Amino acid sequence: MSEKKKRIAMIASKADIAGAYSPLILATTAAAMDYEVGIFFTFFGLNMLKKKKLNKLKVTPVGQTAMPMPIPQIVGVIPGMTDMATMMMRSWMKGANVAKLQELMDLTIESGAKIIACQMTMDVMKIKRKQLIDDCEVGGAATFLEFASGADITLYF
Amino acid sequence: MVVDVGDKMSDIKIAKTLDAKGLSCPLPILKTKKAIMEISVGENIEVFSTDPGSVADFQAWTSATGNKLVANSEEGGIYRYVIKRIK
Repeated sequence: MSEKKKRIAMIASKADIAGAYSPLILATTAAAMDYEVGIFFTFFGLNMLKKKKLNKLKVTPVGQTAMPMPIPQIVGVIPGMTDMATMMMRSWMKGANVAKLQELMDLTIESGAKIIACQMTMDVMKIKRKQLIDDCEVGGAATFLEFASGADITLYF
Repeated sequence: MVVDVGDKMSDIKIAKTLDAKGLSCPLPILKTKKAIMEISVGENIEVFSTDPGSVADFQAWTSATGNKLVANSEEGGIYRYVIKRIK
């Protein structure tokens, strides 16, 4: 096979449950379709690269007006509501047999995807390299752009 | 878009069967990718799924990877795909 592989470059900037799923579902599927995959984890998205963090991500009911929960937005700010929404969301996803985030991340890593942790975010949030999983490289905007310049698909989450 | 190839089904030799029933997107595709690497080029894999989205997904996936969707059918909410490993 001499034909050039397709390439997808993504930016993951969120770390609530829904925001974390999108890049990982697309990364694993793209890898299964023989694409080259690269993800730049920045701002809150960097949390996805913290060790043992992935299955602890939450979802907040505040601002999520499409959550299938019949409660007014104002109730969402009551302490404990985020944990409750998270619990419900996890149970819905389990009920639909959706893969766990950690499972998708493992498959992404296994596929040889380029995983870039944003150095600037590490500085801002005082995150040390050793707090992040071993399978990522640390880089900045230029590292991502260099990869993304050769991409067929670029997505921002 | 489901094409029932009926009797021709029995002529197809299956090297491996993957049960992806009950799994949500993208797991049927991910598991198929993994499983197809375990058969030889030219052999067929049979996949069962209950995900209605898999109809479009298996067509897209085979077209992207160059493998051949030999047969697809649906019965009672269970989708069956036969894919020939081309490379």
